[in-house]
Amino acid sequence: MDLIIEGIVRSFELLISGNAEVWRITFLSLTLSGTAVLLSLCIGMPAGVALALNQFWGRRFVVSVLNTGMGAPPVVVGLLVSIFIWRRGLLGFLEIAYTPYAIIIAQFVISLPLVAGFTMATIQQLDPKLRLQIQALGASRAQMLWLLIKETRLPLLAAVMAGFGAVISEVGASMMVGGNIPGQTRVLTTATVMEVGKGDFGLAMALSIILMLLAFTVNLILTMIQQQSRLK
Amino acid sequence: MSQGQVLSSQSGVQSPFVLEGRGLTVRHGNRQVLNIQSIQVTSDKVLALIGPNGSGKTTLLLCLALLQKPTTGEIFFKGNRIKYGQLTMELRRQFAVAFQEPLLLNTTVWNNVTLGMKLRGVKGPEIKKRASYWLERFGVALLARQNARTLSGGEAQRVNLARAFALQPEVLFLDEPFAAVDTPTRQALFGDIMNILQETQVTTVLVTHDRNEAQSLAHRVAVIMNGSIVQMGSPRDIFSSPANEVIARFVGMENVLEGTVVSSQDCIAEISVNDQVIQGVTTCNPGGTVNIFIRPEDITLSLTKPFNSARNVFQGLITSIIPTGPLVRISLDCGFKLIALITRMSCDELNLSPGKVVYAAFKSAAIHVITVK
Repeated sequence: MDLIIEGIVRSFELLISGNAEVWRITFLSLTLSGTAVLLSLCIGMPAGVALALNQFWGRRFVVSVLNTGMGAPPVVVGLLVSIFIWRRGLLGFLEIAYTPYAIIIAQFVISLPLVAGFTMATIQQLDPKLRLQIQALGASRAQMLWLLIKETRLPLLAAVMAGFGAVISEVGASMMVGGNIPGQTRVLTTATVMEVGKGDFGLAMALSIILMLLAFTVNLILTMIQQQSRLK
Repeated sequence: MSQGQVLSSQSGVQSPFVLEGRGLTVRHGNRQVLNIQSIQVTSDKVLALIGPNGSGKTTLLLCLALLQKPTTGEIFFKGNRIKYGQLTMELRRQFAVAFQEPLLLNTTVWNNVTLGMKLRGVKGPEIKKRASYWLERFGVALLARQNARTLSGGEAQRVNLARAFALQPEVLFLDEPFAAVDTPTRQALFGDIMNILQETQVTTVLVTHDRNEAQSLAHRVAVIMNGSIVQMGSPRDIFSSPANEVIARFVGMENVLEGTVVSSQDCIAEISVNDQVIQGVTTCNPGGTVNIFIRPEDITLSLTKPFNSARNVFQGLITSIIPTGPLVRISLDCGFKLIALITRMSCDELNLSPGKVVYAAFKSAAIHVITVK
């Protein structure tokens, strides 16, 4: 019990006093995870729409891979990405192992199936005739894609939340490909693991609370957007 | 991209038809859902596609509206064969489609009505003018700022139709536009559409399973059954001279009696049905077996033998009385079965009940005769 109270007190102290290290870790977490989710949206949304609308050979296989990917353990993703970016790996020449880029790639891989999967499910729920109606109004393929994404903007925010929630809280992949280097790849989750290892439960607690607050705030903002536009 | 590049231009002869389909088939796996030898959509006229549910009417509409590529066959727009590809979009922009369900997007009514015009590159002031006019015309102008999701079924269908008309299409496709709305709305909307179609004279393809809609709105009717056109003609042809028993039943000739022609003179034949003789206008030769069709609403009932011009009067026993809305269906046994449709008021005035004996009368011109092959 003492640990919890100490942790809460400590975290507010650290936040209010403007501890540079804590703020840097928080900011880095937000930047890396935000970038990864943004990238996964750019690719995952069109891919999800395309999967929902088109029938092609091997579609079931792709959907199965996607569904498995939605629940892939971050450690496994971290391992796969590590193999690729390892010095002698396929992408070794990029020399991005233990850099923030490596974390972005790993988190992108974690978030992509979530975003694509949610998008696909959302678009599939639409009346198939809506697509015909949009075509009949005179839309090109690209215009139709955009109109369908706009039409499902509320449930699609859930995809954003799921993607962000998954990557901000994962630790295995970031640890493996980033290495928890202070100032470069140390994010909230890897720092928490390290502090626990060192026995500094107070600081670990503080970092965890910040992590929770961060996840909560982002979700709160997204939920507010979602609910507000529902009422319009 | 100009239209000429989308179409393979053939001769310079102007086709009398805006749209024409030849040898259209659609297969879903091994199942053939459409097999149309030929169909023509005439300029400025309303063509109704009627048929039971699942007969392929909507599939044909989708093919003609270039929203579905037929498995085989060709479609001609103003005499030019359509080559399928991305550019069919340019042609689709000359059509408009309103489906049975309103299919409005999750935005304001105004945005819904203007979207198609924007996609087609209509200029701003013109968009405003047309959207205002058609929203007003369909009586939903006051809803312009509301979200389309908050509308009632009838309102949504009015917005849907305003959206289609505002596109000022070369060909308008209406897929069961009245099927999903409640009865009072349907009646009001039906009246509006009838006036608007007469006024605008827009070339229209109307899909419906309601024979009354086809009868009042269409210049030509194509009856579709099991994916094929089984009869095509003026509404008068279709509804008074159906080509076979299935069509006759579909267009509302519920009484079907089989008989033998006993004599024939001056186009009036005497036909024996279960030892009773029915007179009908037909040119069938004596000795032939025929089917006789009579609409239930063409039969009048009375308690005493009527003295009017009806040549066919039979005494019959009422076997059942079933109210259907404002009308009542009365089943009679006159030596053959007969169904009559009379108003509820007439039923009350005659004080009809099962077991009672009445006289059923119908004119010789009210029966339709088809030779049984």
